[in-house]
Amino acid sequence: MDTVSTRALPRVLRVAGPLVEVEYADGVAMHDLVALGEAGLTGEVVAIGGGVVTVQGYEYTGGLAPGDPARPQGHPLSARLGPDLLGGIFDGLLRPLDRAGDWLVPGSAGRAGADSGGLSRPFTPSVRVGETVTGGGLLGELATAGPVRVRVTAPPDGGGAVEWIAPEGTYPPDAVVARVAGTEVRPTTSWPVRRPRPARGRVDAHDALRTGQRVVDLLFPVARGGTVAVPGGFGTGKTMLLQQIAKWCDADVIVYVGCGERGNEMADVIDEFSRLTDPRTGGRLAERTVTIANTSNMPMMAREASVHMGATVAEYFRDMGYDVVLIADSTSRWAEALREFGSRTGALPAEEGYPAGLASEIAAFYERSGAVTTLGGRRGSITVIGAVSPPGGDLTEPVTAQTERFVRCLWSLDRELAYARHYPALSWAGSFSRDAARIGARHAAAGDPQWAGRRARIADLLAEADRLADLVDLIGVAALPARERISVLAGRLVREAVLQQSALSEHDAYCAAEKTAALVDAVLAVVDRCRELVDSGVPAEVVEDVDLSPLLRAREEVGPDDAAGVAAFRDAALSRLARVAERTA
Amino acid sequence: MTARGEVEYTGVRALHGPLAVVEGVSGVGWDEFVRIALADGGTRHGLVLEVDRDIAVVQVLEGTAGMDPAGLRVVFSGEPLRIPVGAGWLGRVCNGRGEPIDGGPPVFGSRRAPVSGDPVNPVRREPPSEPVLTGVGAVDGLTTLVRGQKLPVFSAAGLPHLELAAQIAAQATAGGEAFSVVFAGMGLTHPDAAFVRGALEERSAAGELVVLLNTADDPVIERVLTPRVALTVAEDLAFSGGRHVLVVMTDMTSYAEALREVSAARGEVPARRAYPGYLYSDLASLYERCGRIRGRPGSVTVLPVLTMPAGDITHPVPDLTGYITEGQIVLSGEAHARGIYPPVDPLASLSRLMRKGAGPGHTRADHLDVAAQLLAAIARAREVRELADLMGHAGLSAADRRYLDLDAAFLERFVDQRPDELRPLEDTLERAWEVLLTLPRGQLAMLPAALLDARLPGSPAPEAAPAEVPADPA
Repeated sequence: MDTVSTRALPRVLRVAGPLVEVEYADGVAMHDLVALGEAGLTGEVVAIGGGVVTVQGYEYTGGLAPGDPARPQGHPLSARLGPDLLGGIFDGLLRPLDRAGDWLVPGSAGRAGADSGGLSRPFTPSVRVGETVTGGGLLGELATAGPVRVRVTAPPDGGGAVEWIAPEGTYPPDAVVARVAGTEVRPTTSWPVRRPRPARGRVDAHDALRTGQRVVDLLFPVARGGTVAVPGGFGTGKTMLLQQIAKWCDADVIVYVGCGERGNEMADVIDEFSRLTDPRTGGRLAERTVTIANTSNMPMMAREASVHMGATVAEYFRDMGYDVVLIADSTSRWAEALREFGSRTGALPAEEGYPAGLASEIAAFYERSGAVTTLGGRRGSITVIGAVSPPGGDLTEPVTAQTERFVRCLWSLDRELAYARHYPALSWAGSFSRDAARIGARHAAAGDPQWAGRRARIADLLAEADRLADLVDLIGVAALPARERISVLAGRLVREAVLQQSALSEHDAYCAAEKTAALVDAVLAVVDRCRELVDSGVPAEVVEDVDLSPLLRAREEVGPDDAAGVAAFRDAALSRLARVAERTA
Repeated sequence: MTARGEVEYTGVRALHGPLAVVEGVSGVGWDEFVRIALADGGTRHGLVLEVDRDIAVVQVLEGTAGMDPAGLRVVFSGEPLRIPVGAGWLGRVCNGRGEPIDGGPPVFGSRRAPVSGDPVNPVRREPPSEPVLTGVGAVDGLTTLVRGQKLPVFSAAGLPHLELAAQIAAQATAGGEAFSVVFAGMGLTHPDAAFVRGALEERSAAGELVVLLNTADDPVIERVLTPRVALTVAEDLAFSGGRHVLVVMTDMTSYAEALREVSAARGEVPARRAYPGYLYSDLASLYERCGRIRGRPGSVTVLPVLTMPAGDITHPVPDLTGYITEGQIVLSGEAHARGIYPPVDPLASLSRLMRKGAGPGHTRADHLDVAAQLLAAIARAREVRELADLMGHAGLSAADRRYLDLDAAFLERFVDQRPDELRPLEDTLERAWEVLLTLPRGQLAMLPAALLDARLPGSPAPEAAPAEVPADPA
C-alpha cells in the first residue's frame, strides 16, 4: 500500500474543511488517493500545480494540521468488486458498514479489518485449461445466497489462453480461481470508479423495465438501459416511489445509493429489504440489492464519490450479463457536494454558485446507463434513476434544469397531488417518456398491439379532464354540458382506479402488467358506457350519482397478478349503470 | 485525532468581522478550539476555520469588538472543541457555549465529547417505534411524535411557537421511562428567555432539564455552537445514560442567519438567498443526531422550531429542514387569529413516523383510524367552507352543514387547550370521537364497523353504504 514510505513523506500545507493542500511528491497522479495525517483520512487528488497537490478529503478533517504527513497511495479511488456486494450495506467509499461501530469515526484506524473476510461460496468452472477466452469472457460462476450467480470473467483488458482453472469447490472471494495468459483471476477485483468499464458496444434499449407501478408502466415507461430523473419537493413521496421500484421492478440487480438522505429512512430500507421476498424468485430482496448508505450527516465529499461507486458496482454486474437498476437518492445532494468543493477551491461559480462543470458532471453520470453487449458477448443493461430535490420546489433551478436535458424519462412529482394524498404523486402533465414509442412498438411485436392505444386513450382522458378542471373551479361542474361532465368523471376514475396505488397494501403495492391492462380496460369500458348513457338522454347528474366504488376498489381487492379478478368489479360497475339505464328508459 | 496539547501565540496579524488571522503558528489543526486572552484580562473563544502553512484563520465566537491585535494571546487547544458530558448537566442553565448562568460552578463530567459529533452508522440505527407524548392534544392525536424522530415546528412571526415549544418541553414523557429535555434557545429576546426559564422551572427542579440560552444580544457566532453543545449533551444522556431525551431547538432561523453571517465574513460563494451552499449539510449534521441505536437504551428526539420569514415555506431554512426532517407541525395565523391555542394547521402538518409509533401496541388500538378519519373529515370540512364562502350557507346540503359543525367542534373541543394544560392521550382520543360523532355514521366510512358499533349502539351500519369517494385532487 505505502509506496513512498522509504522517502520523506510529503507534508500537509493547508486545511480548509474538505480542501487539503499537500506538497508535491514524485509520482502523484490526478485522482490518486492520499491518506492524510496519522489517522490516514481518505482523500483524492483533484489538482496538481505549482508544487502543490490539491486533495479533496472524504472524511472530517478536524485536527489535521500543516506539517502532518500525507501518504500518496499510488492508485486512484477504486471500487472493490466481488460477491460480497450482494446483500451488503456500504458507505460512500464502499466500506462495509455492518462491520463498523455504532458511530463512524474518521480515518482508516476506525475501520480496521474492513477489507478482510468474506464468505466462501461454491464455484463452478465453465472453461477448461487450454481454451481461449476474450477479455470479459466467462470463466466460471459463484453461487450466492440469492438468485444472482456471480460470474467470474477474464479481466476486461486481458483475454488469452486459460492456463489454469480451479476445480469445482468452495472458495473465498479473493482466492485465485483461474489464470489467463499469465494473469491470476479472482472473484473479487478492483476498478477505478471514475473510469466507465468497457463494453463491446451499445445496443438499442427498447425492452421496458417493468416497475410494477401502474402510472410508470402505463404512461411513462422506461426502457432497460434508459435514464430517469425524479424531481419532487419534500413530502411528495420521492423516496417512497424509488423504494417501491427498488422492491418490485424486474431487474436482476438493484444498486441503491442513498446519497445525503435521512438516517432513519435508510434504517427502514435496510430493515424492509431484509424482510421482504422477491415476488419473482422467492428469495429475499436484499440478496439482489447492493445498498450504499451515505446519509446527510456523513461526510459531504463522500457523496461525490458514492454515485460513482454505485455506477461502477452497476457496471460490474452489467458485465456479467445482468439487467441492473441504479437508483441515486438524491442527485441534488451530490451536486451540492460538487458546489461546496468548487467554492473551496475558488472555482468560478456559475448559476446559484454551482460550478460551471455541473452539466457535464450530470451528463457523465447518466451516461453510465445503457444497454450493451458486454466484452464477453452477453447482453446487459444499466437503468439509472436519479432523484432530484429542487429547493423550494423550483423546477427551474440548475440541477433540475440540467438533468432534464440528459434523461430519457422524467417522473415529475407534484405537491398538489401529494397534498391530496394521491400517491404516487406523479404528475401526468409534467412528466415525459421518450422511450414510450419504442416500447409500444416492442409490445406490438410481442403480441400486445393494444398497449400504445390504451396509453393514448388514458392520456387523452387525463388531458381533457385537466382542461375542464380549470373551468369547473370557476363555474362549477353543473354548468358544463353532459358530455363534458362525463369527461370530468372519467378523469376522476382514471386517477382513482388506475393511477393511485397504495404502497402499504399487500395487493396493490405491486401490479403486474396484465392487471394494469385489465384495470385500464375496465375504466375505459365504464367511461364508454357512461358516454352512451348521456348520449341517449340520461341526465349527467344521474350518471354521476351511480355508485362506481367497485371500480375504485378493484386495485386493492384483487391480487397483484389477478387480471381476471378485475373483470368482476368492472361488471359490477357496468351493471349498476345498466340499472340506471333501465330506470330512466 | 490525537490531541497535540496547548500552544500559545501572539502574532495576530488582522481582525475583520468575526475573524482573527494569526501568523507564525505551527501544528495547528483545522477546527481546533481556541482561547483568546485579551489585554484587559477578558477571555474569548474561537474555532480554526482554515489553516494555511503558518497562518490560522480563527472565527471568534464572541465577536471581535473591542479587540486590539497587539495585546492578544491566542491559545490553540490542540483538538476540536470538546465539552464534559454526563448527568451533571441536568438541572443547569447555561449560555450558548455551555457556561453556567445560573450562578453555579462550571459543569463537570466524567468524559469529554467532541461537539461536532460522529455520524451514527445507519446500519446500527433502530427504526423508531414508540411515542413521546407531549400532553398537547393536536400533536399527540394527529402528528404523534416518535422517539428518535426529528419533527420541526414551522411557525411565523407573532405566533405562539415558543409557548408551544416550552409546553412540550415541560410536559413530554416517554411512557414512564427515564426522560430528559435539553432546551437550546438561539437568538431569544430577554423576555423570551425569562419566559422559557419560568415555564420550565418545575422540570428543571426535578433534574430532568438542561437549558442553553443564547440571547438575541449574545454574539451571533456563538449561536453556531449552541445546538451542537445541546446535542452532544443529549447524546450522552441518551446513549450512555439510557434516558429518552427530547432536544428542543429554537429558533433555527436565527441559527441559519448566524451561519450566513460567518459564511459572508469568510467570503464564501453564496447560494440561495445568500445562505451558504452547505446549509443543507449543516442542518443535517444537527437534525440527524436524533435516533435510536441497536442494543442501547435511550433515544434522542429532536424538535426544531423555526419561524418562516414572511411566512414563506419555500424559504431555504424551512425548505431544507423539510427535506431532512420526518414531517412537520405547521402553525397557522388564521387559527391564531381565531384565538385557538395551539394554532396547528392539521392538514399541512404531518408526522411521517406516526404510523410506526402510534396505534395498536404503541398508543391505543383505534388511534390511527381515528386520526385518519378526523383528518379526512377536516379536509372535507375545509372544502365545504370554501363552497359556503362562494355560494352562501343556503346552498349547502344538510350533510355539508354537519361538516361545518364538525370543523367548529374540532377547533374548540379538540385543538384548543391551555398552554399549561397537560391533556392525557385518552382524553385527546375521546375528544376526537366526540368531534367525529357530530357527523352521521354514513360519513365515517374510514372507521371499522366494529368500532362504530361500540360507539353508536342502536345505529346499525347503513345497508351498502357508498364508500366515501376521496376528494378530487384536481
